[in-house]
Amino acid sequence: MSNTTTERTAGISSGQQPALLETRGLTKEFRGFVAVSDVNLSVQPGTIHGLIGPNGAGKTTCFNLLTKFLQPTRGTIHYNGRNITRMAPADIARLGLIRSFQISAVFASQTVLENVRLALQRERGASFDFWRSEAPLRAYNERAMALLEDVGLAEYATATAGSLPYGRKRALEIATTLAMDPKMMLLDEPTAGMTHADVDHIVELVKRVAQGRTVLMVEHNLKVVEGLCDTITVLTRGRVLAEGPYAEVSRNPEVIAAYLGTDPEQSGAMAHA
Amino acid sequence: MADGSGFSPAPAAAKDVLFGFTLAQLLAFGLMVAFVVISPFILYPVFLMNVLCFALFACAFNLLIGYLGLLSFGHAAFFGMGGYICGHLAKVLGLPPELAIIAGGLVAAALGAGMGWLAIRRTGIYFAMVTLALAQMVYFFCLQAPFTHGEDGIQSIPRGKLLGFFDLSNDFTLYWLVAGIFLAGFLMIHRIVHSPFGQVMKAIRENEPRAISLGYRADDYKLIAFILSAGLAGVAGATKSIVFGIATLNDVHWNMSGEVVLMTLLGGLGTVFGPVVGAAVIITMQNYLAEFGAWVTVMQGGIFVICVLAFRRGIIGEIANFLRVRL
Repeated sequence: MSNTTTERTAGISSGQQPALLETRGLTKEFRGFVAVSDVNLSVQPGTIHGLIGPNGAGKTTCFNLLTKFLQPTRGTIHYNGRNITRMAPADIARLGLIRSFQISAVFASQTVLENVRLALQRERGASFDFWRSEAPLRAYNERAMALLEDVGLAEYATATAGSLPYGRKRALEIATTLAMDPKMMLLDEPTAGMTHADVDHIVELVKRVAQGRTVLMVEHNLKVVEGLCDTITVLTRGRVLAEGPYAEVSRNPEVIAAYLGTDPEQSGAMAHA
Repeated sequence: MADGSGFSPAPAAAKDVLFGFTLAQLLAFGLMVAFVVISPFILYPVFLMNVLCFALFACAFNLLIGYLGLLSFGHAAFFGMGGYICGHLAKVLGLPPELAIIAGGLVAAALGAGMGWLAIRRTGIYFAMVTLALAQMVYFFCLQAPFTHGEDGIQSIPRGKLLGFFDLSNDFTLYWLVAGIFLAGFLMIHRIVHSPFGQVMKAIRENEPRAISLGYRADDYKLIAFILSAGLAGVAGATKSIVFGIATLNDVHWNMSGEVVLMTLLGGLGTVFGPVVGAAVIITMQNYLAEFGAWVTVMQGGIFVICVLAFRRGIIGEIANFLRVRL
C-alpha cells in the first residue's frame, strides 16, 4: 500500500522543509456524496495551520479523516514521512498526533487529576495490569499537578471533571492533550460555544502551548484564526479554495464570495480584517 | 452537552482509605463481611450459599455494565457453562471441587473470549443483541450435547472433599468455601476497577473517542474486561453446581441473563455493593415467596417497574446518593 517513492518525495513538493502532515488527493465519499474532494494539504512543522470554510465545506470530515476517525475513500495521508492512511486512531495517537474534540471531551466522573493522569499513564504502555493497585499511578501525580497549574486548574484537582464549567473543561482537555507531549495537535474548533472572555483565554493558551509544536485547527471564529494561524486553508464544497497567510487569503475575491454566499456575518468579519 | 449531574459545584472526590475503598465503602464492606460470617448461624446455609453465588454472578455482570457501560444479555451462557463443566469434571472425572470450580471458570472465560471478540464490535443495544444471540447458541448446544444430558441436566454432582481433606457434604464446611470464593471474587473485581486497567476502563465508559485519541485501543480493554467478567460468572455458576449437586438448562437459559440484569439494576448499577444487595433481595423473594408459584415472576416484574419509575439508582445507589457517598 505504501509507495516508497511517494513517501520519499512527500513534502518536498512545497519547496520548503518537508511537511509534518501531508495529504494527497484526499477524498471521502458518503454513498455518492463527495464531502471531501481531492484535498492536498501540507502542514509545515512548527506552524499553526488553520482550516476554515463556510458551513458544510467539509472541514469536520477532513478533520476526521486526518485523525483516522474516518477512512478516506481515496488519497493518502503522510505524517512525519510515514504513510498513516490505514492506521487506527489509537495508533496515530501513539505517534504523537493528538486530537481534541468539538464538544469538550473530558472523563466526567473521574477527577480532574485523574483525567490528566490518564494521558501521562500512556507512558507505562497499555496499562492492561488489572491485578495491580493504583499505586504506580501516583508517580504521575506531581507532573499532572504541574500541567493543571499551567492551565490554571490546580485548585480543581480533586473535583470531578463533569462538575467544571464549560471553559474550564476545555482547559482541562488541553492539559490532557499536553500531557501526551504531542508532536502535533489537531484542534477541532477549540473556541466553539465560548464566551468572549473564555475565547481570549483559550487563544492565549493555544498560542503558548503551540511553542515548539505543530498545530492544525479547524475554526469558525475568524478573529481567532487571524490572531493565531500562520497559514490558512479555505475549504468550500469539499475542495481547497485558497491557501496562504491570513492577510493574503482574506483578500481573495473567491474566498469573500464563498463567505458572502453562505454566511454574511462571517464575511463581514472577513471584510473588516 | 448537559453536564449537570446534579452535584453542587466542584465536589471533592472522596479519598481512598484502604485498598481503594473510601471510608464509607470500608464500613459497608465490614458490614457485609460481618453478615456473611454471622448469617449461617441464623439462616439456612444452603439458601445463603445460593445468595452468595448469585451475588458473585451479579458483581461479575456489573463489571461490564457498571464500569464499561456494556450491557451483556448473554451472561447466563457463562454462568450455566461454568456449572456444566464443573459438574461434569467433578462427577465423571472425579476431580476435587476446587479444581472443578477453577476449570468451570476457565472454560467460561474461554467462551467469553470467543463471544466477547464477536460482540465488542458493536455497542449499545446491538451489543446486547449479539450477546443474547450467541448465548442462545450456547443454550442449544447445551440442550444437544451428550455430556449435559439435555433436559435432565447433570444430576447428583458430588461435593467431594476440599483439598482432599475438608468434607464438603457438611453444609457448614461448604458454606465457608462458598463465602471465601464470593469474597475473593468481590475483592478481585474491586481491584480490577481500582487498577491502572480500571482507570482506562472507566475512561472508555465516559468518553470512548477521547480514550482512543489518547492512544488506548478501546476494544482491547473491552475484550479483557469481558473475559474477566465471563470467568467470574463461570466460577459463580460452578460453585452453585457444587452446592446443589445439579447443573441444568435453567442456568443457561436467557431468563437467567435477564435475572442478573434485574438484580444489578435493583441493587444499583455501577455501585460496588448494589449487585450483592440486588441478588440477595431477588433470591430471598424467590425463596420465601415460592408458594405463590408463577406470581413471583409477576412480583419481580412489578419491582422492576417500580425500580425504573421511582428509584433508578437502585437500592444502594439511592442510599449512596442520600448519604452523598460512594458505595
